[in-house]
Amino acid sequence: MTKGVHLMENATVLRAHPRMPQWRRSVRLTFRNRLVFVGGLLVVALTLVALFAGLVAPYDPIATNSSVALRSPSVEHPFGTDRFGRDVFSRAIHGSRISLWVSLASVAVATTVGTILGLASGYFGRWTDLLISRVLDILFSFPGLLLAIGIAAFLGPGQNNAILAIAIVYSPLIARVVRGSVLAERHKEYVEAARLIGARHGRILRRHVLPNVLSPIIVQASITLSYAILIEASLSYLGLGTQPPNPSWGTMLSEGRPFLERAPWMSVFPGMSIMLAVFAFNLLGDGLREMLDPRLRSG
Amino acid sequence: MAKYIATRLVSVIPTLFGISVLVFLAVRFIPGTIVDQILGADSIPTQETIDSLRAYFGIDQPIHTQYLRWIGDAVQGDLGTSWRTSQPVASMIAARLPVTIELTVAAMFVALVTGIPLGILSAMRENTRLDHVIRIASLFSLSVPIFWQAAMLILVLSLWFNWTPPAGYVGPIEEPGTNFRMMILPSIVLGTSVSATIMRMTRSSMLDVMRQDYIRTARAKGQAERVIVWAHGLKNALIPVITVAGLQVGYLLGGAVITEEVFTLPGLGRLVLGAIHQRDYPVVQGAVLFIAAMFILINLIVDVIYAYVNPTLRYD
Repeated sequence: MTKGVHLMENATVLRAHPRMPQWRRSVRLTFRNRLVFVGGLLVVALTLVALFAGLVAPYDPIATNSSVALRSPSVEHPFGTDRFGRDVFSRAIHGSRISLWVSLASVAVATTVGTILGLASGYFGRWTDLLISRVLDILFSFPGLLLAIGIAAFLGPGQNNAILAIAIVYSPLIARVVRGSVLAERHKEYVEAARLIGARHGRILRRHVLPNVLSPIIVQASITLSYAILIEASLSYLGLGTQPPNPSWGTMLSEGRPFLERAPWMSVFPGMSIMLAVFAFNLLGDGLREMLDPRLRSG
Repeated sequence: MAKYIATRLVSVIPTLFGISVLVFLAVRFIPGTIVDQILGADSIPTQETIDSLRAYFGIDQPIHTQYLRWIGDAVQGDLGTSWRTSQPVASMIAARLPVTIELTVAAMFVALVTGIPLGILSAMRENTRLDHVIRIASLFSLSVPIFWQAAMLILVLSLWFNWTPPAGYVGPIEEPGTNFRMMILPSIVLGTSVSATIMRMTRSSMLDVMRQDYIRTARAKGQAERVIVWAHGLKNALIPVITVAGLQVGYLLGGAVITEEVFTLPGLGRLVLGAIHQRDYPVVQGAVLFIAAMFILINLIVDVIYAYVNPTLRYD
């Protein structure tokens, strides 16, 4: 469905129910936008699987059993087993927990830091803006994946360091989006009015500017989640993220590499899990972008 | 135009300076120095040995002196010496650079020849089943990790077609045929990830342009649809696509690290990864600085091209 059609449909929902409470309007819009609906459904399903991994997975993801090593997919082991006889299905299920946790934590840090930097840069302007923008320019000068690899390598391999590395890579992206939106808002009448009645900068930013720049932040954060899943998988694949025997999707792919022809199921299923998760967040991000389009809000 | 280029060139200097400080400090803040590594955890060296080793590697100097010496050498093309191989870092980079450039250019070629036509097709068939299929396929393409796509391609080709890419790298000049067979898979894998972004940009840009008044005028004049799409529509729609394609070079450079690792290509990416694993910091420092400088230069070129095709930008 195209952007134009979506905007018209969404506008109809808003105009037809001018007194509808905000939350009901949001729910209606969510159900009307197919991308948000399907993406959201997939994300919810993924989150439930991650939360209840212990109940969904039939086997212990770490326990080894050499008597069933490298078994192809069967009723007992739907995704087959790896070289230590571990159930690939159970490891993929538990992998969702690690993947989601690392990406959510890193994007939460990136969004918080990026929003603070973007608000300060866009609102105060002058030296604050110059200083923050220059630092952001420097971080933007590194290809994202390379920067993450560099930071993770310097900090040392591990899950928490991977979270920090991904957060550092994506904070500038969020900051730039927020800065742009704040620049558009800061000279608007409601900000001037708040200033005139003597409101402090902190209050103006928190109570007035931030709520008006939330939409682009939400959209960017949801898209960044999909990047974060890919970077986490890449770092783990290179041995810089989650460490074995913990079942991260990237680690599983790395372990499956030498057995690609003998036991392809070791690589096929973790890769499909990454693809599904990233696809879900991409779908959600795309849909949210259509739904929260600024042109709709000003209309 | 000359003034615009001069302004952009000057603005690059503080960024490059900042990058050099960041890279230098990052390496210095890693716990443990080369001296600790050489001596190992078990040995009990004398203070004299430690001091002489620190002086040998120049880490006995104050940090700003170390930085000035390093950056002074770097601007003259001397990026230091590898701790592992004792080779100059600059010549190690020079030896690996052609592979990465070849991979990046080939991947960009794949991305452009697939992304632009699919974007046009999708825009011309807006809201049809074909449009939906292309858009969903592009979202899937954005969701596939490079290393998994590479593994699956190798698996399918070797299992079903009994074809494996040649092992070991040969240059395009020495053996063009072998080089082509060697680079085709890595270029497809790296290129398709960028192709989706280019397709999406071409589609939205094309849709925007095709709704403009001058397109309506051309249609009203009775001009053939083919001329309208190719001569009027595409020419203008491609301007933002150039920018997006240029910015994707950074992504390609990052993606090249993984692609080179999976296909065992001896490029810059593998050099950095190998140096990281061996803790060979002069190589990491030099190669990362070089890649960042290359990335800035490409962005600068893209900006200049964009300003050239879109004159309003030069006066901002």
